[in-house]
Amino acid sequence: MSLESATIKKIARLARIGLDEAAVTRLQAELNGIVGWVEQLNEVDVSGLAPLASVSGTTLHLRADVVNDGGDREAVLANAPGREGPFFAVPKVVE
Amino acid sequence: MLTDLSIAGAAEGLRRREFSAVELVDAHLDGIEALNGRLNAYITVVADQARAAARQADGALAGGDVPVLTGIPLAIKDLFCTQGVRTTAASRILGNFIPPYESTVTANLLREGAVFLGKVNLDEFAMGSSNATSAFGPVVSPWTRGDGASLVPGGSSGGSAAAVAAGLAMGATGTDTGGSIRQPAAFTGIAGIKPTYGRCSRWGTIAFASSLDQAGPLARSVEDCAILLGAMAGYDPKDSTSADRAVPDYRSACTRSLRGVRIGIPKEYRPEGLSPEIEAMWESGIAWLREAGCEIVDVSLPHTKYGLATYYIVAPAEASSNLARYDGVRFGERVAGATLDELYENTRAAGFGAEVQRRVLIGTYVLSSGYYDAYYLRAQKVRALILRDFTEAFEKVDALLTPTAPSAAFALGEKMDDPVQMYLNDIFTVPASMAGVPAMSVPAAVDAKGLPLGLQVIGRPWDEEGVLAVSAAIERAAGFAARPTLRAGVGA
Amino acid sequence: MSYVIEGRTGPWEIVVGLEVHAQVVSQAKLFSGAATAFGAEPNTQVSFVDAGFPGMLPVINEYCVAQAVRTGLGLEAQINLVSRFDRKNYFYADLPNGYQISQFEQPIVGTGKILIEAPGMESREIGITRLHLEQDAGKSMHDQDPTRSMIDLNRAGVALMEIVSEPDMRSPQEAAAYLRKLRTILRYLGTCDGNMEEGSMRADVNVSVRRAGEGYRTRCEIKNVNSIRFVSQAIEVEATRQVAVWEDGGVVDQETRLYDPQRGETRSLRTKEDAHDYRYFPDPDLQPLVISKDWVDGLRAELPELPDAKRDRFVAQFGIAPYDASVLVAEQANAAYFETVAAGRNGKLAAAWVTGELFAALNRLGVGIEASPVKAADLGALLDLIADQTINGRIAKDVFEDMVETGRPPGEIVASRGLRQVTDTGAIDTAVATVLAANGDKVAEYRGGKDKLFGFFVGQVMKAMAGKGNPALVNEALVRALAENV
Ligand SMILES: [Mg+2]
Ligand SMILES: [Zn+2]
Repeated sequence: MSLESATIKKIARLARIGLDEAAVTRLQAELNGIVGWVEQLNEVDVSGLAPLASVSGTTLHLRADVVNDGGDREAVLANAPGREGPFFAVPKVVE
Repeated sequence: MLTDLSIAGAAEGLRRREFSAVELVDAHLDGIEALNGRLNAYITVVADQARAAARQADGALAGGDVPVLTGIPLAIKDLFCTQGVRTTAASRILGNFIPPYESTVTANLLREGAVFLGKVNLDEFAMGSSNATSAFGPVVSPWTRGDGASLVPGGSSGGSAAAVAAGLAMGATGTDTGGSIRQPAAFTGIAGIKPTYGRCSRWGTIAFASSLDQAGPLARSVEDCAILLGAMAGYDPKDSTSADRAVPDYRSACTRSLRGVRIGIPKEYRPEGLSPEIEAMWESGIAWLREAGCEIVDVSLPHTKYGLATYYIVAPAEASSNLARYDGVRFGERVAGATLDELYENTRAAGFGAEVQRRVLIGTYVLSSGYYDAYYLRAQKVRALILRDFTEAFEKVDALLTPTAPSAAFALGEKMDDPVQMYLNDIFTVPASMAGVPAMSVPAAVDAKGLPLGLQVIGRPWDEEGVLAVSAAIERAAGFAARPTLRAGVGA
Repeated sequence: MSYVIEGRTGPWEIVVGLEVHAQVVSQAKLFSGAATAFGAEPNTQVSFVDAGFPGMLPVINEYCVAQAVRTGLGLEAQINLVSRFDRKNYFYADLPNGYQISQFEQPIVGTGKILIEAPGMESREIGITRLHLEQDAGKSMHDQDPTRSMIDLNRAGVALMEIVSEPDMRSPQEAAAYLRKLRTILRYLGTCDGNMEEGSMRADVNVSVRRAGEGYRTRCEIKNVNSIRFVSQAIEVEATRQVAVWEDGGVVDQETRLYDPQRGETRSLRTKEDAHDYRYFPDPDLQPLVISKDWVDGLRAELPELPDAKRDRFVAQFGIAPYDASVLVAEQANAAYFETVAAGRNGKLAAAWVTGELFAALNRLGVGIEASPVKAADLGALLDLIADQTINGRIAKDVFEDMVETGRPPGEIVASRGLRQVTDTGAIDTAVATVLAANGDKVAEYRGGKDKLFGFFVGQVMKAMAGKGNPALVNEALVRALAENV
């Protein structure tokens, strides 16, 4: 399968990475190389196999319903590149 | 020289008051001062903090019983969040991020008395095998091969490996997602172990691919790795994938007898065109283990050749999601935009380097509607086969022996225009990552150009002790004594 | 009687399914230890996990899992002992990680059902498709600054149950009844407070229309409707819009719409072409969630009596009408109040007083039953005063009003105001004689055949006795006196 430049733009949009035309062209070549290479997996017979999402084989530990975190607004906001009083601030979102 | 000591030796010397922790730390800081300009191993050096910690360690040492790493100077891969100390993941996008928390692994090391010298360089977000993708510039290997070319230290824990090899730290933390501890260890002539997935907490370590990422140590000896791993490992209720298992005495495993231990030699790790030097080193390793009393068994891991392709679907998929949080809103770098989407796009275009962008886009693609089944789901199924290969092999043998990497360190700039060529570096390390099993690289030989080569020992899940025992036997038999050209107190 | 929309070309049936997001009642968030309390100062209930900081990892809250299981049990649903969390990936200012942790492929609760009832409607079963656990997002505020939106992450990471129904509802009334019943069940279980104004219960409404006997046509989803009334309105408005589109020869597009209650219309949320590619995949930070059958059975054993069971019991135990019973059980507090009033008394009378006088008074006062000035025991005592003929029904209403105003017990009111009914036949006969004497013309008319005047005489006698006459004895005395030959 070969990725069109429109596909590159679509996934760049999904990933919110702004690309200029030159980057699209470069990435199209690179990603086609990688995607073409990983398609060797089509050789493998995977019929009847369950996908493996985790190797750990364990199950979730459950935490008690106790409030023991949060409550430090300054620490949460201290690294914010755009802050307005008690809030994170971003360009206005029009719904 | 203090910077040539092993961790085990230095801990002994400190307890005997042969030298002080301050002297030990100063010796390393001097080395950093002299060499870091050339090696670029450290992104951030915390000299004052390290000296203060060393003074405290000296106080504790004077008081008697102290934890195992008291006064031992270490380098911390800049992927571990360190409270109050800038943490970059070697990316522009984290800007001047100062974590308000300490990762579990580094907190465990501090609890054992370790002194942190600073934060060491890596491939951006640990994505790379050469340490060339760092936003803070490439790390240069302290080894040279005679043609004047600057060599890569391997990656992604390239700063960790270079610092330890050059005597700019006694040991370092690394993380390994597809070989990022083992391959740089092999390239720089030191030891490094990736423990079983779930052995070290991932809490507070910046994620690359969550189902693969594991922290582990790099050090100049197997025993030093064992000491460090013992401190780093342990159950952490803050990480849902952390295993609730007791941490064994890794150090004592290093002297275990190997009589009757069955070592598997997987035939798939001998691809066509494997360099004769690598092949010869592997044969030596087999011979050493046989002499140590091991039984050598030929085994097959039939899906080995699909490991890399599987990895290059699974890891980018997870990364594309893990890195979505770097959006210029709550921390890190922001590049303004007229709208929120423009802010995101500008921030992430400027903040992520080329390799990170590549992987985020690949990951987005393989998860996107219409492609999920063909790529991601299929890769997860092949991953099940890779795990099954290991499970079946470990019914016949106790550990596997393979080369760590298909070549010695290459020069900066080599292999760098074709991502797939670069990815092939990890061909021998990736399968163990996909299966989550422990694996270690131990230096075994030097090639014709005098560059180190490493052997990889792969063990059963949770059997880091077996891996350390076999690796220590190889280390003893190999008698690897080569040292890099550039190192603290020498060649500066 | 089924609900139809009469179009230009004939009748249309509507098809409605609901996705309800119900905020789980818990102290801490689904995957972090930050608090969930409503109304806190912005960004004060935020952990680094909730804010998506580097290296932060989720750990699941056991109580939230238990709440989801309890809810599943309350919906008579299948509980999945193994479930899994997935990431739903999209960028938004109030979604710190760039993904929401949700359950896509393997939810914790599978199919179940809800029985709905409304006046004039047969009770009907509505299918539940699934219930899954997921994280809430934060809050973006767009009206505080001309050029910027402000982000508050207090709500980010709070546990939600998304409860998805089958497309089984056929009218706005059924959708409203479904939401009321779901809310009742959640409140009984204590798993969600059901407060739609505070956003702790929000509904996404899927609406389509079709001709009788047809398969499903394209549906539209109306997002985030925040009151039951608006849900009914939105369904009606949207169905009418779709009928017009089809009848004009157009095609309804599958899309997300918003209901604007001010304008009484739905409008398209012009979704960008990429909006629906959420790239779900299993969250690699979270293993499968495995719970044991024993644990589930333990939760089942501790479930409260649920509204349907309580209604059936009320009907059987107190002999009241099923609809009255369902009104009484809609709120647990009402049901408990009723049970106190009805215990050992006439159930029908108790139901009539609770759903009649009491509810009217509470409505007038604008208070809930917890704040009722009339305590259940006092209302019971009032019924006792009626039963033992201490007061008559008419006086009882006066006493009740006094109780509402003063909160005094009825016995005290009756005693202090001398409202005990008069059963002394001598006194009644005297009052009858006085009234008849004063209304000779009317007596003549009555005797001339104008039977209806009997009520007039009763009223006059009661008036003369300040309302306290025993109605039966007054009647008897009047019948006797009016029959006497003159
Ligand atoms: Mg939904
Ligand atoms: Zn939802």
